[in-house]
Amino acid sequence: MRVPIRWLGEYVALDGRDATEVAARLNVTGTELDRLVHHGVETPEKIVVGRVLTCEPHPDADRLRVTTVDIGAEEPSQIVCGAPNVAAGQTVGVATVGAVMPGGMKIKKAKLRGQASVGMICSARELGIGEEHDGILALETVLPGAADVAPGTPLTDVLAHADDVLDLEITPNRPDCLGLYGIAREVAAATGASLRPAPWTAAGAAEQGSTAEEGEDAAAVDPRGEAIDGFSLEVTTTRCPRFTLRLFQDVVVGPSPLWIQARLSAAGQRPINNVVDITNYVMLVTGQPLHAFDADRVAGGSLTIREAVDGEQLETLDGTTRTLKAGELVIDDADGPTSLAAVMGGARSEVHEGTTRVLLEVASWDGPTIHRTAHRLDLFSEAASRNAKGLAPEQVDWAQALASRLLRETVGATRVGGTLSAGTWNSAVVQPPLAVRESRVERLLGTAVSRPRQTELLDALGFGVTDAEPDAPAGTGTLQVVVPAERRADVTREVDLIEEIARLGVVADLEPTLPTRRRAAAARLTPAQRARRRVEDVLVGRGLQEVVGWSFTDAGAAGRLELPEGDPRAAAVVLDNPLSEDQAVLRPSMLVSLLDIARHNRTRGVDDLRIFETGTVFRDAPDPVRADMPYEHLAVAALVQDDVFAAKGLLEALLGALRIDDWALHATDEVQFLHPGRAARITVGAGDDAPTIGLLGEVHPRVADRWDLPRVATFLIDLDRLLPLVPDARTFRPVGAFPDARFDLAVLVADDVTAAKVVAVARKAGGALLEDVRVFDSYRGKGVPEGQVSLALHVRLRAADRTLTDEEIGGAREQIVAALAEQVGGVLRG
Amino acid sequence: MQERIAELRAAGEAAVAAATTTDELEELRVAHLGRKAELPNLLRDVSKLEPAERGIVGKAANQARQALQAAIDARVAELKASELDAQLIADRVDITLPGKAEPVGGLHLLTRVRRDIEDIFLGLGFDIVEGPETETVHYNFDALNHAENHPARDRADTFYLAPSPHLDGDVQRLLRTHTSPMQVRHMERAEPPVAIVVPGRVYRPDSDATHTPQFHQVEGLWIDTDTTLADLKGVLLSFARAIFGPDREIRLRPHFFPFTEPSVEIDVSCHLCGGTGTLKDRSRCPLCKGTGWIEILGSGMVDPNVLAAVGRPEFDPEKVQGFAFGMGIERIAMLRYGLSDLRPLYENDVRLLEQYA
Ligand SMILES: [Zn+2]
Repeated sequence: MRVPIRWLGEYVALDGRDATEVAARLNVTGTELDRLVHHGVETPEKIVVGRVLTCEPHPDADRLRVTTVDIGAEEPSQIVCGAPNVAAGQTVGVATVGAVMPGGMKIKKAKLRGQASVGMICSARELGIGEEHDGILALETVLPGAADVAPGTPLTDVLAHADDVLDLEITPNRPDCLGLYGIAREVAAATGASLRPAPWTAAGAAEQGSTAEEGEDAAAVDPRGEAIDGFSLEVTTTRCPRFTLRLFQDVVVGPSPLWIQARLSAAGQRPINNVVDITNYVMLVTGQPLHAFDADRVAGGSLTIREAVDGEQLETLDGTTRTLKAGELVIDDADGPTSLAAVMGGARSEVHEGTTRVLLEVASWDGPTIHRTAHRLDLFSEAASRNAKGLAPEQVDWAQALASRLLRETVGATRVGGTLSAGTWNSAVVQPPLAVRESRVERLLGTAVSRPRQTELLDALGFGVTDAEPDAPAGTGTLQVVVPAERRADVTREVDLIEEIARLGVVADLEPTLPTRRRAAAARLTPAQRARRRVEDVLVGRGLQEVVGWSFTDAGAAGRLELPEGDPRAAAVVLDNPLSEDQAVLRPSMLVSLLDIARHNRTRGVDDLRIFETGTVFRDAPDPVRADMPYEHLAVAALVQDDVFAAKGLLEALLGALRIDDWALHATDEVQFLHPGRAARITVGAGDDAPTIGLLGEVHPRVADRWDLPRVATFLIDLDRLLPLVPDARTFRPVGAFPDARFDLAVLVADDVTAAKVVAVARKAGGALLEDVRVFDSYRGKGVPEGQVSLALHVRLRAADRTLTDEEIGGAREQIVAALAEQVGGVLRG
Repeated sequence: MQERIAELRAAGEAAVAAATTTDELEELRVAHLGRKAELPNLLRDVSKLEPAERGIVGKAANQARQALQAAIDARVAELKASELDAQLIADRVDITLPGKAEPVGGLHLLTRVRRDIEDIFLGLGFDIVEGPETETVHYNFDALNHAENHPARDRADTFYLAPSPHLDGDVQRLLRTHTSPMQVRHMERAEPPVAIVVPGRVYRPDSDATHTPQFHQVEGLWIDTDTTLADLKGVLLSFARAIFGPDREIRLRPHFFPFTEPSVEIDVSCHLCGGTGTLKDRSRCPLCKGTGWIEILGSGMVDPNVLAAVGRPEFDPEKVQGFAFGMGIERIAMLRYGLSDLRPLYENDVRLLEQYA
């Protein structure tokens, strides 16, 4: 909302407060300043009134004229001017040397085709007060008595042409602030400045040196009644609470007076013609949109507001044919649809140059209905976005009253008949007042606000306040508050009034306090949250860089991972309105974003990547906890530019740090995106049905190649499954005061006997004395028969209560050797 | 005999003195004191002497042997010291050569900031909970008191999920646009008093230098019988000082959010210019644009309609009340680390990430 500060000053006595000061107060009371802009000439003091003394054709340029202009200096200034309408005797606005024009152009001494020029004679547009740019602005055409103004007088003294403009962000709950008078009320409440009477009242008209005639005081019922000869009105929907029409004749369509154009320009509205300008002007003051029909193009003089039939069509005044949906609102005349109600007028009944009779519509609408239509058609005009808020029916009267006065005063129009009115709104229904408990104010805000102070604050905002028991002791009384029409949608409860009290009277200097935690449990991370941090820290400690990838990917990602259709991992969650095809679905596996990030880094020359990520992955299948929602879970995944044992080493470190001991790998060649000979499922727990919590492996060379990567290895873990398995308590076993005994064994076994199996056999055979057994080398080649592998085992024995004897050690060794021979065909080497 | 002992002793001592290596000394020890050497054999043969001589010769030979042994030991020690000195000199390296490479990992900046924020709120008495990233219109908007025509519901502001043949239920699904749905989800299962923060990833269809279609928020919620707006200010002042420095002040600027009433935006005094709006060189502060204040988050007292949407008597808005807030982790990161563009955070060039790790 653009608020020209001088225009604002017509409704509230700013008493010298400038735009910055007003903005600062609004900013801390709930109306945020987007930016402060200057409209029009940047240096208004450099624009003076000039009188054109002579005007001759330029000797060397057909379109230029050489003028001498009296600007109050000792000597007239020579100014070269390109405007066709410049003439001797005109009174004009002159930008003198040093002036900075809108857009930043600076006026300098210049030579134009050999003729000196020391200034510029301005057009209306150059002054930022209108659209006219075909010629210079001759002041006598817009300013009575211009010929008598002394040359050299600052132009601002006689014509308002440059202004500071507050560009305010109006929150969606405050449509009342989409009108200047609403802003003026906020300014008054926020600064203590006095609010002038509303311009749509008799008092407001008088304030502006005018007189409200019949129907021009919104505080009174239109004395001309509710009929207009030759016109009729019907509303057949409940989505239009109030629709009114007034008729004006003797209209001559032409440009608006300059002061209206100047204000509209400053407020960001392009002046069009006097009738349309008044509808915009009144909307900017009242916040209430209006629409002007050419009364003679309303077929049959009848208007019907109804809900559209699905699929019906209408040509709006931008020349586009719109197809409507059921429930959207249209206005019919005798020939059918003539307007897309509250959103955009129709082409057929638009005001045009020859219009002499205007039918002025002011109506209030069901906000959500209008919002939906405007949104669907992407037609958020100033009018449509205001109507989409669902304005108060009373505002209709304000707009009719002010527009009637302006049409009479500035267009010379004559009103005919009364005010046609229809709709479901019943003005006799009065909302009951809201109660505000003084105790409640203090309980919510944490500071006491006396009832007199509350009354003062609410009163400034236009609320009607009564203290039911003025003698009630502090902290106990209750105020009865009547909500003004323009706030009715926003303020419906006690708490809404407490907000008004808070924003104007409390938040600025509220003393901070700290709440007390009343739970007999310290605030701390949950075990799963601690474990997640541990996961991240372990990987960082192993030299991995954490990355944060996109949750989005493209629909082809599963295919690039070679997942067949029907694989549960290939069922991606699809966005209905993605930003792009590249971000059309949610990632089904963390591997996608890791591969993307790896490629991005490789192409930028980063080698030896070691990265990991924790985050959410999604699948188009019922979530185990929320059956009607997609399955999502937290995952951790690592990717290293190395072989599978590098990734396995990380996995061992990770699970070891989490104190998870009973995990196992199960080789698999069934994961399409992993190397079939270098991949495994990871399980935790004993038994064949131990749950799979993730995958380990080298990325399939074909998949890696698709991402332009060399050999990379990865593990992918479902943290939602893993973290609950992390033991929260741990029993410690004594390390033992007695020395251990160690020996190594090298056994030959067949190729298909896994290291895990050999270790398991040795562990079992070692019995109670066995503390640890692990494979430290695996060898094929010279000295090892074809089809066999030599595994080197390191065995450690220990007893808690004694030093082991040679016999005990030898016995254990023999048991292990025998078990290996018997169970896996192991032959001792060397 | 005694002369011979004296000769052997003198010869031995001379040889020991002349020796230049510990190896040479070992040879000398064998030659002079070993089993086949003359001096020990003399001593062994003492018994064959006249009894009168035995004592004198034995004593002399013994003294000679001990003296020789002492001389060797002393000389060995001496040589060992100088040999070590020589070794140390030979071992000298160019210490400016690189060390053995160890990969250095790091947390992503967003994780670091997230943990900072979590830790601060843990210290202020909040628990940490997390929630789902796919949501229903009910939890994301309806239960949070968003009017039917609230613009946040528009398809331009919310990612909706395409209908799925695999899912039951006639619900409109979306990617949560904020972490606020956890307010109601948590109150549905917890008992008051409630004090939680909810970190997590959220989504909106925006894409420019300061907006990415995914970003991260931390939601806060504190509900009790008597939690006030002043408490909100105290909590957020503590937070702002922990993140931006002990001299920071905050101000509450009234605003509108559907799910809080009253609603306030929180500004923190600018840590770059100290809240003056002007830098030391008298130029306008670029961070706060000369205002001295930086907006960091939105907050307010939980709207009674939100409490009512929980649908449990324990959260009757006449009985309990409290505050809620929501902040962007990226925004905090940008302010604290001077980022002007968010996009590199999701490009994940590790050379950039390492600098923030
Ligand atoms: Zn600053």
